[in-house]
Amino acid sequence: MKKTVYVGFTAMIVAVLFVTTLFAGCTSTSPSTTPADSTAAATPAATAADEKTLVIATTTSLYDTGLLNYLQPIFEKKYDVKLKITSQGTGKAIELAKRGDADVLLVHSPSQELAFMKDGSGLNRRSFASNSFLIVGPAADPAGIRDMTPELAMTTLLLKGTNKTAGIAFVSRGDNSGTHSAEKTVWSKAGYNYTTQVQKSGDWYVEAGKGMGETLQMASEKGAYVLTDEGTYLAYKKDLNLVPLVSKGASLLNIYSVMAVYNDKQPADKIQMANNFINFLLDPTTQADIASFGVDKYGKALFTPMSVEVPTATEGWVGDYSTPATEIAPAATVAPAAAATTA
Amino acid sequence: MDDIAEGVIQAINLIITLNPDVMQIAALSLYISLSATIIAALIAIPVGSLIHFHEFRGKRALIILIQTLYSVPTVVVGLVIYLLISRSGPLGFFGLLWSPAGMILGQTVLIVPIMMGLIISALSGIDRGISDTLVALGATTSQKVLEIVKEARYAILSAVVLGFGRAIAEVGVAMMIGGNIRDQTRVLTTAITLETGMGNFGISIALGIILLAVALIVVVILNLITSGFSDDSRHIAGGPRG
Repeated sequence: MKKTVYVGFTAMIVAVLFVTTLFAGCTSTSPSTTPADSTAAATPAATAADEKTLVIATTTSLYDTGLLNYLQPIFEKKYDVKLKITSQGTGKAIELAKRGDADVLLVHSPSQELAFMKDGSGLNRRSFASNSFLIVGPAADPAGIRDMTPELAMTTLLLKGTNKTAGIAFVSRGDNSGTHSAEKTVWSKAGYNYTTQVQKSGDWYVEAGKGMGETLQMASEKGAYVLTDEGTYLAYKKDLNLVPLVSKGASLLNIYSVMAVYNDKQPADKIQMANNFINFLLDPTTQADIASFGVDKYGKALFTPMSVEVPTATEGWVGDYSTPATEIAPAATVAPAAAATTA
Repeated sequence: MDDIAEGVIQAINLIITLNPDVMQIAALSLYISLSATIIAALIAIPVGSLIHFHEFRGKRALIILIQTLYSVPTVVVGLVIYLLISRSGPLGFFGLLWSPAGMILGQTVLIVPIMMGLIISALSGIDRGISDTLVALGATTSQKVLEIVKEARYAILSAVVLGFGRAIAEVGVAMMIGGNIRDQTRVLTTAITLETGMGNFGISIALGIILLAVALIVVVILNLITSGFSDDSRHIAGGPRG
């Protein structure tokens, strides 16, 4: 009777392993075929493949537009490299890059990017495209902000909101994302201190702490106003009772930039490949592709590449867009700081 | 409501047409979560038995600790494993980040406590009834252990199935360690998150249904295998009962 149990157990393990292997076999990209010691088996494969991969950390709102999926095969074919694109919240993407877990950082939050560059975590920051954030809200527009400047619109919302005017609410991302940074910029340009005068100023100001899509849905359910990137808004539009009310104004500018990750462990060939990617984004052919991206799906282009129009923005926010990325190490003055942060 | 109906139709469509992208994502989900389940079971069954069959100081405290770990959020497991296997972390040189192997590791860590805790409970439930009988019938310690484990097999199966369920349904580890990279670490749950983020609610629902279909297949297979043991059930405790 002892024997039958062993036979049963062995049979069970063999059967389960068989099923796993069967399915693993179907996944063409799966590097390992022995599931039992897959942890050990996949390791050398992953390391070997590492030489020909480039990890790109980006933000969800950009990835969700599909632009990178569209550009990925073109770049991979040109440079014979496998792109690993992971989309995370802006804060998380930057943190991943700082720890050296990504080779390229692709985000839209100039103030955070400049801080990232300043502490020596990045090289060759280039801006490649821009578009505009929108303030959207219920079609009835109870606060009457349609076509105001962004600053005036937000001021109006704040005054009417803190006055407890019926039907006035604003939903903020509240998650330190690029879009949230943009919102904070508008508040500061309108003359408000975000933490003391806007946050906790009343029930009208709601911090969602969620992704853009979910924040839009929440605003739609509540009949509230919200600041959003255009790509996510267009993708969600059919499920929302929200219309664009404010779309013009310097503080609604949304600048997309790319930079190579640098730290003292980062191999030069990775940085070189990261530079290839940066230069690929600035390439006239790619810039033309970006200019037409989204037309077929949304009926309008989602991005304005730098080759079409260079927006005017706060000093330093629009990065270099014409010089090819070549640096593979920071300038001498920056090096000690970089060494200190990565040590 | 439209989205739900659309999701159901899309799910059927994706399954019938064997949509290659979806099949690959489903296969990767199954591969990762099943591997994690097997590894976790290979750890939890022996270690759980060891804890159950031995009396030692702090046993109660250890069991309470294991039970507390049932509640660990998946994102926290993902974050801790991430910090360990990050290129700048202590295990960075293995290159596990952004790989299926790293995800298996994370899911294993996530489900070992719940499996182990439930296995200990399963064994305790059986032990009182038949332990004395077995000893009275002259069973050796190893025979006794084996019989009790065998008797508890359905409860152990539940533990394994629950572990598998937690593994295949979780997002935190898959997102934090796998990174939802297309063709490489995208699994059903992270694909659902992505499609929801893109406003494709119908596809999200469809992927959810496919996840449940995958789980159904696994659970049926595990049940068939376990009931394969029941031919032996009349031998338990040395002969037929009742």
